[in-house]
This record gives sequence, structure tokens and C-alpha cells, in this order.
Amino acid sequence: MNTVVTRNSGSSNAFLIVVAITLIVLATAPVWAGRSDLRFLSEVFLYLGLAYLWNLLAGYAGLVSVGQQAYVGFGGYLLFALAMNTGITPLALLPLVAIAGMLIAVPVAALIFRLHGAYFAIGTWVVAEVFRLSAAQMTSLGGGSGTSLPVSVVKSIASSRSGRESLSYWAALLILILIICLVFLFLRSRTGLAMTAIRDNELAAESLGINIWRTKFMVYVLTAGLTATLGALIFMQKLRISPDAAFNVNDWTAFVIFIVVIGGIGTLEGPIIGTLLYFLLRETMADLGTTYLMILGATAIAIMLFAPKGIWGFVNSRWGIELFPMTRRVVGNREQTTEHH
Amino acid sequence: MVWVNAIIQGILIGGLYALFAAGLSLIFGIMRLVNIAHGDLIVVAAFIGLVVTSMLDLHPLASLIVVIPIMALLGYALQYCLLNQTMGNDILPPLLVTFGLSVILQNGLLEAFSADPQKLNAGVLETASLSMGSLNIGVLPLLMFIVALAVIAGLQWIFYYTALGRAFRATSDNAEIAQLMGLNKKHIFSMAMALSLAVVAIAGIFLGTRTSFDPAAGPARLIFGFEAVIIGGLGNLWGTLIGGIILGVAQGIGAQINPGWQQLAGHIAFLLVLAVRPTGLFPRVSH
Repeated sequence: MNTVVTRNSGSSNAFLIVVAITLIVLATAPVWAGRSDLRFLSEVFLYLGLAYLWNLLAGYAGLVSVGQQAYVGFGGYLLFALAMNTGITPLALLPLVAIAGMLIAVPVAALIFRLHGAYFAIGTWVVAEVFRLSAAQMTSLGGGSGTSLPVSVVKSIASSRSGRESLSYWAALLILILIICLVFLFLRSRTGLAMTAIRDNELAAESLGINIWRTKFMVYVLTAGLTATLGALIFMQKLRISPDAAFNVNDWTAFVIFIVVIGGIGTLEGPIIGTLLYFLLRETMADLGTTYLMILGATAIAIMLFAPKGIWGFVNSRWGIELFPMTRRVVGNREQTTEHH
Repeated sequence: MVWVNAIIQGILIGGLYALFAAGLSLIFGIMRLVNIAHGDLIVVAAFIGLVVTSMLDLHPLASLIVVIPIMALLGYALQYCLLNQTMGNDILPPLLVTFGLSVILQNGLLEAFSADPQKLNAGVLETASLSMGSLNIGVLPLLMFIVALAVIAGLQWIFYYTALGRAFRATSDNAEIAQLMGLNKKHIFSMAMALSLAVVAIAGIFLGTRTSFDPAAGPARLIFGFEAVIIGGLGNLWGTLIGGIILGVAQGIGAQINPGWQQLAGHIAFLLVLAVRPTGLFPRVSH
């Protein structure tokens, strides 16, 4: 009997078409969009990238970090230091930043993996503080008050301002696509399956022969490298960096956590929903200032209490829609009806 | 002599860190809950102290009579209404709920009191000192250290010699069996949080009399408390005190070398302990 098992579904096939069209529209944005729209879209892409990475860490690998700002800031600072000292154009330095981010994550992981659960979370925060305080000690990079990218470096990205903005927009879009593809393929791989098994039951996973430490370590290091690359792009666009902005727990961790929790933690669709909702709320309620942040915090608490899988988790359990083909399902037995009757 | 002085100041400030840590350690021991909003609650206590001292015209230390019950009630309500709903095998809900709470508290304080640094005025107590040879020891830091000793001794006594402490230990060992024996888990957890926030009230008032504080001061207090807990070893309150002292001395020595290294030196001491003895210096024997 030939059983047909597939991961594709009607909704995931339709989603693929929507993605293709969206990508064409977004890739041509420098032609049709204005300067402020481009900046806004880049910011959305970079936040979506951070959300995907945090979701991979916390939602799939069970590594709840509240210290990812360590890598955002590290990436930003490294890019500034390298660009100012070598004269190489910042975009060409991005792969180097990714590798350096992974390398620095190795000793960090070796240390903080000794902590578990919530204590791990606070441990990541301590590491981010160590990074921030160290950056404030570097007088060549402006110490506590930070520094700006020199004009010569800025010009080396592209000579015209619009050229620069288009290039950094495309870089943001490209890194986002790269992150989504990597996370998607990683989760469908053998290691991805091992990781989900660990998250669901560490003891059972270990008894099936999964090396828990190595799997988590790989995810942590990979995420750190990509987060550093996002950080480098974020501060390349801002053209200015300071310890408080680079290692800001609210900007690079709290908002990202809210995005993922509200959208749906442990789902691939959640970060997209969460990011869209976050920017919608921000554009409409940013005038409220502190009240807006309180509403965001309260919403995340309410979601955690009443719908722990977020908006997408609710949609998925109610209607069974899945945009990324992840779950295997049996669609039918080929030739079964004709043979037996 | 400056070094001896730095070390003595570090030891005394260690008492304050132990106060930050004791409440955190208590609720982790009883219900495996790590409260990310712990530091912000310390700052909330300091702000309540500010309101109470100015409204009732009280000395900050006298205001504890009002602030401790307020914080304890707040703790009971917080655990009973909110955090009890998140207790389970999954660590994510309590972590993210207390993280959300931390953001709400920080911004709520910012809305109510603005970002200006505030301070509790302890009058002559602030400048009073005992001189021992060429050393001067401030009365306030000394008092803070003695109070920390008393609080930890008090918590130990509650834990091992009272009915409530027995209930705490029973629930900590096995919540389901404790429930079968007639203990109300929700009530016990809420009592634990009330006790934790009573300690937080003392920590907050001493924080406010010693240094200035603002709505964003919470996370750093959480981190200091957490470092003291891990250095001392999980589940050991006297170990936590020693953890606080080690942290305080490291910061004091760091600051003596370069003012910018004060916090960094404390974090490095913590990471060193984590590298060499991941279970802390004095872990309680696990059973």
C-alpha cells in the first residue's frame, strides 16, 4: 500500500505564490518607494530578522535569552571599528562580523550554559552588561558617549545618498531572506527535529541519543552570528553608535520578545504576524510614549496567560492553516479504493 | 589603607546585595520561580518609601512599618491573581510574564515620578560614622549590614522552626503531596511571595537611603541579587550573604582601580565563580 505523506498543504502552496509576489514588490522598492518608506521597511526587515532568531532560540531550542542585545551591540561596534581602521566598505565586512559573532559566542555559551532555565536568562543579561561596560571603556570608539561613522567610510558605501539607502535596504532584505531560509531549512533538518524533541521533553530526547548540549550550543552560536550581522546593519543605517543604544535591552530584546510572544512563539508564522502588529501599534500609538510600552507589556502578559501560542497558534489550532510546510500529514492511500473493491 | 577601606565598604555593601538576593532566592527555593521584575519591585518599594516619608513626615527607617505591609500585600495579590496562573513545568510563561511586568513597572514609575533621580533623606544617620584608628565606618552601611544579618537569620528561623516554614518546605519538596496533606498550594505560594516582597521592602528603603534611584534602576538590582545567589550557591541563604559580600568587595576593588570598572569587576567575579564552581561556593546538598 502506498501511503502519501506530504508537508505541503493548500495554504502553504498559496503562501508560496504570495511570498514570490511580495518579494518582487519589495526588491523593487528603491524604484517606487520614497526615502522614509525605504528606511521604515528596512527597520521592519531587521526587526523581523531579530524576531526569527529569538524565536529559534526560545521557541524551538528552549534557550530563553534576554541578552541578545549583547550580539546586536557587538556587531554594531565591530563594524564601526573595522570600517574606521581598515577603510574597507562596511557591506563587505558583514561576513566577517557574522564569523566574529559566532566566535565570541563560543566562550560565552561555554560559561552560561552552566545555568538553566530562568537563571540562564539572567546570565545572558549579565553577559550583555559586560559587553556594554567594556564598550564604554573603549576610548578609541568614543567611550561612554559613542562615535559616528566618519564621512569617508559613509561615502565608501556608495557615493550618493540614494545609492547608499538603496544598498542598505537591499542588504537588510537579503539578510532577512537568508535568516528565514536558514531557520526554515534548519528546523526541517535532522538537528531541527532533535531540537524540537529536546524542547518538548529533554529527558526523553536524551534517552533517544540526542546530544542536548551540542544541539543547543550549535543553535546559540549560529543565532549569535546572525544577530551580530543584523546589529551591524542596524548601526550602519543609523551611522552612529553608543553603548546605551547598542546594548539596549528594551530595543533589541524586550520588543523582540513581545513581537514573538504576541505573534506566536514556536511557530514560523508568528514572528511575521507579531512584527506587522508591532509596527502597526507603534505607528498609531507611539505618541502615547510610556503608556504604549505598558500596553505592549500587558498584551504580552495577557497572551501568555490566555493564548500561550500567540495569535498564530490560535489561528493554527482553530483552522489548521500552516503557511510554512512543516508538519507532515497523510493525504491518502493511493490505489487503495480500486484494489479492494 | 585605601584598599582596606575599599574592602570594608565592599563587605558592608554586600549586606545590601544579600537583601536584594534573599527575596529572589526564597521564591526560587519554594516554587522554582525566577522573578525578572524583582529589581523593579525593589525600586517600587523605594518610591513607596518616598511617598510615605514625604506624606507622613517619617524617617525612612520608620516608614518601613508602612512599606513592609504594603509590599507584602502586593506580593500576595501578585502571586495569587497573576503568577499562580503561570506555574507549571514550562519555564517560559512565568519568565515572560514577569518580564512583561518589569516593563510595565518601569514605565508606570516613569509616568508617575518622571526620570529624575530621587533619594530618601535619612538625616544625620547618613553622615554619622564610627572611627576605628584611621578607619571610618559609616553608621548607615553598618546598620544595613546588621539588618541583612537579622533578615537572613529571621528567614532561616521561619523556614526551619515555624508551621509556615514547614509548609514552605513541604510544598517545595512535593507540591502535589503537600496538597493532599491539606495545604493550599496557591495560598502557600502567595505567602512565599508576600514574604519575598517584605524583604524587598527593606532592600528598597535601604537602597533609597544609600544612593539615588530612578525608575530604570531595577534591572541592575536584579542582576546584583542574582549574582549573589549564584556565587553563594542555590538554596543557601548564608551562602547568599557571602555571595553578596564577594560581589561587594569585587566592586569596591574595581572602583578603587578605575571608577569605570566598579560594575565590570563585580560581573567578572561572578563569571569567574561560574567558570570554576558552577554550583556556587556553598551549594545546599541536593537531595
